Amino acid sequence: MTSPPIEKHNIGNGKSNKRKYMLESLSSKLFLLCALLSVLSLLLIVGFVFYRGSHPFIAEGYSFFEFIFGVDWVPGEDKFGIFPMIVASIYATIGSLIIGVPIGLFTAIFLSEIAPKRVAKIISPAVQLLAGIPSVLYGVFGLAIIVPFLQNYLGLAKGQSLLAVIVVLAVMMLPTIVTVAETSIRAVPKTYREGSLALGASEIGTIFKVVVPAAKSGITAAIVLGLGRAIGETMAVILIAGNSLIVPTSLTDSIRPLTTNIALEMGYAAGVHQEMLFATGIVLFSFIMILNFVLAKISARGAN
Amino acid sequence: MNQSEETAKISVKDLSLFYGDKQALYSVSLDIEEKKVTALIGPSGCGKSTFLRTLNRMNDLIDGVKITGDIVVDNEDIYKSNDVIKLRTKVGMVFQKPNLFPMSIYDNVAYGPRAQGIKNKKELNKIVEESLRGAAIWDEVKDRLKSSALGLSGGQQQRVCIARAIAMKPDIILMDEPTSALDPISTLKVEELIAQLKKEYTIVIVTHNMQQAARVSDKTAFFLSGEIIEYDVTNNVFSNPKDQRTEDYVTGRFG
Repeated sequence: MTSPPIEKHNIGNGKSNKRKYMLESLSSKLFLLCALLSVLSLLLIVGFVFYRGSHPFIAEGYSFFEFIFGVDWVPGEDKFGIFPMIVASIYATIGSLIIGVPIGLFTAIFLSEIAPKRVAKIISPAVQLLAGIPSVLYGVFGLAIIVPFLQNYLGLAKGQSLLAVIVVLAVMMLPTIVTVAETSIRAVPKTYREGSLALGASEIGTIFKVVVPAAKSGITAAIVLGLGRAIGETMAVILIAGNSLIVPTSLTDSIRPLTTNIALEMGYAAGVHQEMLFATGIVLFSFIMILNFVLAKISARGAN
Repeated sequence: MNQSEETAKISVKDLSLFYGDKQALYSVSLDIEEKKVTALIGPSGCGKSTFLRTLNRMNDLIDGVKITGDIVVDNEDIYKSNDVIKLRTKVGMVFQKPNLFPMSIYDNVAYGPRAQGIKNKKELNKIVEESLRGAAIWDEVKDRLKSSALGLSGGQQQRVCIARAIAMKPDIILMDEPTSALDPISTLKVEELIAQLKKEYTIVIVTHNMQQAARVSDKTAFFLSGEIIEYDVTNNVFSNPKDQRTEDYVTGRFG
């Protein structure tokens, strides 16, 4: 076999590359445009919400203090106080964290450290699928199962309550917490585990004394993300919260968090009432911004 | 019992090890003497690290590892007993790369004793100081025991790793290429330390560096393809090897 004679030719062949350069610059501009679209959307939404929401306080003489700390929300009588809703949102979020964080963390530890590969391969996708369930279905599930359960077994007059919200939100935040925490635990160098085990530490001791502390920043991020999910959830909560305008004092009280207040009334509100709903949005948005800020701080510290 | 068995701290008989279907060690037999430094040398992939890790059962962590044969430490077959924790408190290990935990120097050294339930502050202080002195690093770190161990240089970290190992008061210290990630000066310090430590501990060291084996060890085992080709007093292995393959390796003709 002889190889075919190599033809001597110039691949570029002296053609002008003008078209290529034009295409280059055109496509980079297209990408830039796409990237700017999200920034633009953010600015538009935030700008709109803030513009409408701040209007009553700036132009119409409503007190922002009374808005935040007022306990009466009666749009018909010109009373706009969202204090009960702020408290409801905070209680629901904290409550769901108390249940969701330990379960999520232990699941993440189990999947990354303890479970045999075969078992992890079944549980891990199951947890991730949980994130794919539309939130309205969580609400329907809560309404059909948890609410009647609370009515029948705890003897509540009305099963739609803070407790029902907490349970459903705890389940909803699980996939976020598990996935993020699992990733950060898996990222802990194997040499830490070996070092600890070689010193005669037990496997559980190794997990809690070395592996989890080393994954601390990722685990904190997981918790903050789960928290954000809980505080912003609307659809599921609307169905099971009961929507009463009271400052909750027990787990069995019916509540109305910030999100559901907007969703319930925006459809028919007008004038100042509508603007006050936008203002509710500002409060909610501020909560989430603070969370994101905390998250960014934590991840920055983890990177060091 | 004959003479050699009496002084053997670790006695390995007919040890074979499989990673799944792949055999990594072929009926290895070896007696390791007490308070001596035993070096394991050989080309990459010859099984010397795998062998070292059987001595404190670190291979148990890998899925699909199967082991046959006996390893007897102080007249106890370590693969027949299920108390891995007890074995590992008795057989300490120093790894290739310094693997201090992301905590303070003090907490690193106190980690092992704490895992054994020692809580008394005074006692821990004493153990930490003794161990750091034993690893010849006390003077360098005594003023910053509470600061992060990861702020130390690589060579210092490795000596704190050794301190962490001796804090458990083990009988045996396994070292898996302990200086391969270190600069020459740090390497020298670790080697001097090994010479000190052998007064109290039985040391088994895996090394790629033949000069190091010649410098620090009393006996040397040459591994090739999962078998021990030659095991003798270090001097003999290097200056008067019996096997042609050993000679080729120690004179640098391959590997």
